[in-house]
Amino acid sequence: MSASTYDAIVIGGGHNGLVNAAYLARAGKRVLVLERRHVVGGAAVTEEVHPGFKYSVCSYVVSLLRPEIIRDLDLSRHGLEILPLESTMTPMPNGDYLARWADRDQTRRELYRHSPRDADAYDDFGSLMYQLAFAVKPILEMIPPDPTSVSVRDLRALFRLGRHFQSLGAQRFHELHKLMTMSAADYLAEWFETDVLKATLSASGIIGTFLGPRSPGTAYVLLHHYMGELDGVFRAWGFAKGGTGAVSEAIAASAQSFGAEVRLESTVQEVTVRDGRAVGVVLQNGDEYAAKLVVSALDPRRTFLGLLDRSHLPEDLLTDIERFRIRGSSGKVNLALDALPDFTCLPGTGPHHRGAISISPSIDYLERAYDDAKYGAFSRRPYVDMIMPSMIDPSMAPPGKHVMSCFVQYAPFALNGGWSPERREAFGDAVIDAIAEYAPNLKDIILHRQVVTPADMEMEFGLTEGNIFHGELALNQLFFLRPTAEWARYTTPIAGYYQCGSGTHPGGGITGQPGRLAALKILGKLK
Amino acid sequence: MPLRTTPFHPRTAPLNQAQDWRRWSGFLVASAYELTHEREYWAIRSAAALLDVSPLYKYRVIGPDAGRLLDRVVTRNVAKCSVGQVMYTPWCDDDGKVMDDGTVARLGDDVYRMTAAEPNLRWLHQHSRRLNVEVADESDAVAALAVQGPNARAVVSMASEQDLADLRFFRVTHATIAGVAVTISRTGYTGDLGYEIWIPQEGARQVWDALVRVGKPWGLTPAGMLALDMARIEAGLILIDVDYVPARRAIIELRKSSPFELNLAWTVKLDKSGFVGRPALLAERDRRPTWQLRGLAIEWESLEEVYAEFRLPPQVPTAAWRVSRPVYAMGGQVGYATSGCWSPLLKKYITLAHLEAPYAAAGTELMVEVTAEHRRRKARAQVVDLPFFYPDRKRA
Repeated sequence: MSASTYDAIVIGGGHNGLVNAAYLARAGKRVLVLERRHVVGGAAVTEEVHPGFKYSVCSYVVSLLRPEIIRDLDLSRHGLEILPLESTMTPMPNGDYLARWADRDQTRRELYRHSPRDADAYDDFGSLMYQLAFAVKPILEMIPPDPTSVSVRDLRALFRLGRHFQSLGAQRFHELHKLMTMSAADYLAEWFETDVLKATLSASGIIGTFLGPRSPGTAYVLLHHYMGELDGVFRAWGFAKGGTGAVSEAIAASAQSFGAEVRLESTVQEVTVRDGRAVGVVLQNGDEYAAKLVVSALDPRRTFLGLLDRSHLPEDLLTDIERFRIRGSSGKVNLALDALPDFTCLPGTGPHHRGAISISPSIDYLERAYDDAKYGAFSRRPYVDMIMPSMIDPSMAPPGKHVMSCFVQYAPFALNGGWSPERREAFGDAVIDAIAEYAPNLKDIILHRQVVTPADMEMEFGLTEGNIFHGELALNQLFFLRPTAEWARYTTPIAGYYQCGSGTHPGGGITGQPGRLAALKILGKLK
Repeated sequence: MPLRTTPFHPRTAPLNQAQDWRRWSGFLVASAYELTHEREYWAIRSAAALLDVSPLYKYRVIGPDAGRLLDRVVTRNVAKCSVGQVMYTPWCDDDGKVMDDGTVARLGDDVYRMTAAEPNLRWLHQHSRRLNVEVADESDAVAALAVQGPNARAVVSMASEQDLADLRFFRVTHATIAGVAVTISRTGYTGDLGYEIWIPQEGARQVWDALVRVGKPWGLTPAGMLALDMARIEAGLILIDVDYVPARRAIIELRKSSPFELNLAWTVKLDKSGFVGRPALLAERDRRPTWQLRGLAIEWESLEEVYAEFRLPPQVPTAAWRVSRPVYAMGGQVGYATSGCWSPLLKKYITLAHLEAPYAAAGTELMVEVTAEHRRRKARAQVVDLPFFYPDRKRA
């Protein structure tokens, strides 16, 4: 037993755990972060897997990181630089492509080439998404109220929320309702006629979910991706200089500047509960640490079922957490390249190499990719979203060489027959084949390949079932239902035991907001 | 090149001495050709100016129901538009808020050309259901030149070998210039005598060359957007995104304007049935609009007093500005000016301003914020009915 007692121990040094620790330390608390791996960041890490080449192993772009966190934790001073990722290019099977650039006129001209009507609609669509993202922004900023409660605090929050939604006006409210209930494909079909445009837009609706573009509820995930455009952050999606790990390192540096301790290679075995109250943790190596409170940044399964003796928890909660949908559906392929991939549709080196390139040629293509996964196979022809970080930040690879980050869907955690090294490589081959259809030189320029399956994400990064969002972003698992109706406000049935991971409101992605809101709840700063 | 150039670019680029371009609807257009825009401005008012206005959006609306479609969309009464007539009109969303403004020209019995500042193809398609009409985007196919100024008639008549004395204000006719079939409308954005020539893009350069050739003795001068901006303020003509926010881009209600609020009541024909925004506009007419767009002329003496504090003579802008400046009455802020310039012709500092209705009567004394030596000051200004400048030759 360590001699000293901490005010708080945060389990898990991912970005939310670090944000939580930083806010607590900033408020003068004595905080210890315990991270299992040799590096902070959780799924937000940069690692030099192949000498000289840096991979953002899992998470690879930044947009949703809350601006108030950047300000409060002074992340710019601690080294955070978010570089613009300006375009999205989608190659098409007929040899053409569809690109969306940073410039409105340029994008309009490109869309006009495909459909004059869609070019008009795209502006209106973007403007509506902006307005709706603005409309739901207050939700992202509040600790979820309990709609069934009659407490003054909850009623007041609900009343404010009701007033807010009334102020949207009927039209926006109805659009919001449609987004909440429709599939991305159906919703986009109300706007656009160009299949490849609908497909590449709908991809934002399926990322991280075990759903296809035609599954209801995916329209909301589209909106989730527009949130980053608010608060004057006009470059919606960016790339952190040094890779995504640089985000975590900046947050860790900030937390440490406020006095937080970060201890690596420290696997927590169990949360110590005495008289219904969390009083510390026990590590796998037998070390014990005492604390006034314990915060778990792990996903709900681990937070409730992994770290606690089941006898401490009510049966209902155990059932809810077991039912919580946390099915992993995505994988990553990271490549070290000798040269840039040469796309048949846009030969040579061009501005498209500095943006995202999306293998999402049609809605049918994406839905078929999902069909494979529905029945337990990885997609034979997967959806791929790739970026070339070395084109944005040359320090990611040796001069003249490149790294490429490929996010892939679908790769079900529950693969028929289970994941094995052979299956992992077969999955990697399918991804390379899918890209090589559009960039035939790819296979000749690969120096090193890292394939990350959902099973790897669970083993290596502690993401249950390899789910990148700590649980699906489905309406029945959001806001006052995340992760369960009763425990959606960062607390747990164990006094002094809190949750602050992506499995809590407002969910996954590098927002930092669960970590921040949990800290504010803990500090009693919010009503 | 990621941005487009107009069909006149091979002619305009060598003329652009400072390579000073600005963007207009995804095209490059000249801010000024010469190193200062002053001579180009005076060409508009005292001789003739040649302006490349190709970036306007142009739609050809054809079919037995073409007039009905346009009548459904715009606020003017297109049913009354005779062949050869042009109408200036705004159009609104369902809430009666202005989305765009432009012209509708009736080129034949069932053939119209609509010009717009914004893309409107989808909007027109959405309202053409169950109508026997076709809408074609001819923005790229048709290039456009404006010849504006007191000598414009002589220049365009000579170039087209056709006496345009009979072409009345807001009328359009077919003609041939340098062997190219064009349409010529007696329209423009300067408030002066002027014509706009609509040219198939493949014949664009021949027409430019012909106009330049015959225009020389008449002082025809290529003019850029800086000169045009001053002329249109003198003419009291509003500019989208500067003087009003189009409804589809306004993220809050406060930013939207009805035609009544933009001094366009005369374009709203409530007696015609069923057009987009009519119920809302009817209600607004009865309720009286809360805002009015007016001219504000800043008093020279007051400007002198403001600058005298710093022992400076009054400083007036050399080009038009497009930033919002607060307008005050004694009790506080009652509006804002959205664009303004020193009018070299009128020798007045003029602005276009949105004013709360009670302060919009001509002659009302208000104050406009001016910045002198980095300090905010208020200069007295008088409300003026628009336009500031209205020469007889404009319609004669």
